[in-house]
Amino acid sequence: MDRRRFLQIMGSALAGATGGTLLTPRTSKAQEASKHREFYGILVDTTRCIGCRRCEKACAEVNNLPIPDISEQTNETVLQNIRKTTDTQYTVINPYDTEKGKIFVPKRCMHCNQPGCAAACLVKAMKKRKEGHVTWELNCMGCRLCMISCPFDIPKFEYDKAIPLIQKCNLCYGRFLKGLAPGCVEACPAEALMFGTRRKLIEEGKRRIAQNPGKYVHHIYGENEVAGTSHLYLSAVPFEQIGFRMDLGTTPYPEYSTGFLYAVPFIFVLWPIIMLGMSRMTKKGGAEEHKEATGHGEEKKQGKG
Amino acid sequence: MSEISATPEIKNVRDFVRFFIRELKPRGKIFTPFNVITAPIMLLGLVLIVYRFAAGLGAVTNLSQEIPWGLWIGFDVITGVAFAGGGYVVAFMVYIIGGEKYHSIARAAILSAFLAYVFYAGGIILDVGRWWNIVNPMIGREFGVNAVMFLVAWHFFLYMVAAGLEFSPAAAEWLGMKRLRKILASLTLGAVIFGIALSTLHQSGLGALMSMAKGKIHPLWYTEFIPVLFFISSVFAGLSVVIFKEMICHKVFKEQIDEEHRKSFPDIIVSLGKICAVVMFGYFFLKVMMFVHDRNWPYLNTPMGYWYLTEIIGLVLIPCFMFVHGAQTRNLPLILTASTFTMIGIIMNRLNYVFIAYNWQIPVFEKYYPTWMEFVITLTIISVELWVYRWCVNRMAVFRKPPEWAIEKH
Repeated sequence: MDRRRFLQIMGSALAGATGGTLLTPRTSKAQEASKHREFYGILVDTTRCIGCRRCEKACAEVNNLPIPDISEQTNETVLQNIRKTTDTQYTVINPYDTEKGKIFVPKRCMHCNQPGCAAACLVKAMKKRKEGHVTWELNCMGCRLCMISCPFDIPKFEYDKAIPLIQKCNLCYGRFLKGLAPGCVEACPAEALMFGTRRKLIEEGKRRIAQNPGKYVHHIYGENEVAGTSHLYLSAVPFEQIGFRMDLGTTPYPEYSTGFLYAVPFIFVLWPIIMLGMSRMTKKGGAEEHKEATGHGEEKKQGKG
Repeated sequence: MSEISATPEIKNVRDFVRFFIRELKPRGKIFTPFNVITAPIMLLGLVLIVYRFAAGLGAVTNLSQEIPWGLWIGFDVITGVAFAGGGYVVAFMVYIIGGEKYHSIARAAILSAFLAYVFYAGGIILDVGRWWNIVNPMIGREFGVNAVMFLVAWHFFLYMVAAGLEFSPAAAEWLGMKRLRKILASLTLGAVIFGIALSTLHQSGLGALMSMAKGKIHPLWYTEFIPVLFFISSVFAGLSVVIFKEMICHKVFKEQIDEEHRKSFPDIIVSLGKICAVVMFGYFFLKVMMFVHDRNWPYLNTPMGYWYLTEIIGLVLIPCFMFVHGAQTRNLPLILTASTFTMIGIIMNRLNYVFIAYNWQIPVFEKYYPTWMEFVITLTIISVELWVYRWCVNRMAVFRKPPEWAIEKH
C-alpha cells in the first residue's frame, strides 16, 4: 500500500469516526432533566372553569399580543366554537357539550416532559428548560419541523411576516425567573388553574379525585400521556368528550426518532469498511490499480506503486 | 451545441477569470423551444422569489398551521433528493463493485446528483422562514446533535462536497489543469465511499423527519420503518431518473456521444431497468409486510385506502412489471414509460408524507393546495438546474470523451 492510498483510507475512516462521535445520540437534555429536577406546571381543573376568558386576556397582556374583547356578549359568540391556539393567542378557552352539560377547557402548550418539538429542533431554539418550561429562541431557522413533531399542534408560525417567529405559550418563563406565577394563573377568578411543581400538582389532583370520587373521572391527563406533561388536567367526564386525544400513548415523542439515530454511528463506521472491502474484492488487475472519474470505461490509471 | 473549446493554458488567476468569462457565453442557438419556454418562467420566478423574501411565506404559499410543509419541501427538497439518488447508486456500481458497463453514464449521473443537491436541497432556503439563520447548525448556534434534521442538514452539505469531488476531475479537464486533475482524481474513491455513507443516512433521514408525526400521518403510511422505505425507494427513484435523463440526453446531446457509448447504450438501459425491477419488488414486498404486520386491513376500503392502492399497485408494482417486461424484450420505450411511472409514484409517495396523508382528517377547506406561485418557483428552480446542467455538458466531458491528455493508458 502506498502513501497516498493509505491516506485515502485513513481519511475516510477518520471522517467516519468523527461523524460517528459527533452524531451519536446521547441522553437528551429533557431526559436528564426529568430525572433530577422538579418541573413546574399548571393543574387545570376543568370542573371549575367558568369560561370567563380572563386567562386569555391576561396571557395577551403579559405577552404583548392583541388584547381580546372578553365582554359577556362577545364571550357568548366566541364560546360557540372550538378554537385552536394561533400565533397571536397562546391560550384559548373551548366549550364542550358533554354528558354533564357544558364544560370549558383552556388549551395551550402542554410543556411535555420530553417534548417532540425540542427533539426535532436542529439548533436547539426550542428548548426544555430544567424548570419545565418549553421555550423558543431567536436562533431558530424557521424549518417548522417542531410543528410537525408536536402531538398537540401547539407551535404556530407567522406566515405573514418577512421576519417570522414561532409563537407559543412558554409557561411565562420570564415571569417565572422574576418569581411570578404565569399570567393566566394569576388572572383566574375561579381557582381553576394552580401553579406549582409537577409532583405537588399530581398530589393535589389525586387528593381532589379521592375527596370527590363521584365528581371526577379517575385520571389526570398529562400524568403519563407522552411520558408526562407539565400541564395537567382534571375532568368530570371522559377526556375524549372535552377534546383530548387518548391515542397518544405514554412513549416520549423523541423516542420515535431514536431508532434511526442509533443506526447512524454504525452505518458511518461500517459502511466505509464494507465499501472498501467490496471495492478491493471486485477490483481486477491487482490492488495497486484504481479507476477514477473519467467518462469512459477503457481508461484506467496505474497507481504509483 | 458546438465543438468543445481547446484545452486552455491557465497559469494564474487572471487567465482563469478570462477563460471563465469567455466560457460563460452561451453556445448554439438562443431561440430553442426549451429556452423560449424556460426563460419567461425563470424571470417570473425571480420576481416571485424576491416577493417571497420581502413579504413572507404566507404571501406566496398556501401553507398553514395545519400543513406547515408543502410543495417546496415535499417536491423540491424531499422528492428532489430521492431523485438525486442516482448519483450514489451509479457511483456504487461503478467505483465500488466495478461495474465497468456503467462507466459511461457515471459522470452524467454524478453531475445530475451534484446539481440536484445544489438547487433542490439548496431550494430549502426559500422555505425556511428565518433563512438568514440557515448556517446556524453549521456554525454552532447551536448544535442540535440529537435532532434528525441536524443530521440531514450536515449530510446535505457534506454530500454536496463529496459529489462535487467525484465530478471535479471533469472540471479540471475543462480548465486544462493537469496536476490538479491528478490530485482530484485520486480522491474519487474516498469521496464515493463517503458519499454513499452520507446518502444512506440522509435518504433515510428524510423519512425519519416524519417519525414524530405519529398520529398525524395516515396509518397506511406511518410505520416505524419509514427511514428504511425512504432509503430503498431512493435507489429505484434515482435509477429511474438516470434512465429518464439518459434517454433524453441521448437525443439532445447526440453529437457529443461517441460510437462506442452509443452501441452500449441499450444494454445499459436494459440493465438499469432490471435493477430497478428487483429493488422495486423488494420495496413492494416490504410494504406488504408492513401492511400485514400493522393490521391495516380496515383502512383499505376507504378513500385513503384507494389512494394507497393507487400508489402501491399502480405506481410501484405495475411499473416494476413494466421494467421486467421491457428488459426481457429489450423494449426501450417501455422502460422509459416504466421509469416515468416510477417517478410519478415517488412524487406521490413523498407528497403523501408531507401534505396529503399528513393531517388527512382535517376539513376540506383547511387542506393544502399549492398556489400557482409555488409552482412557478418550483419550475424556476428546475429550469435553472437544467440550464446549468446543459452549460456543464456543453463544456466539460460529461457525455463526450475526456481530452487525450487525461486518458492514461496502461
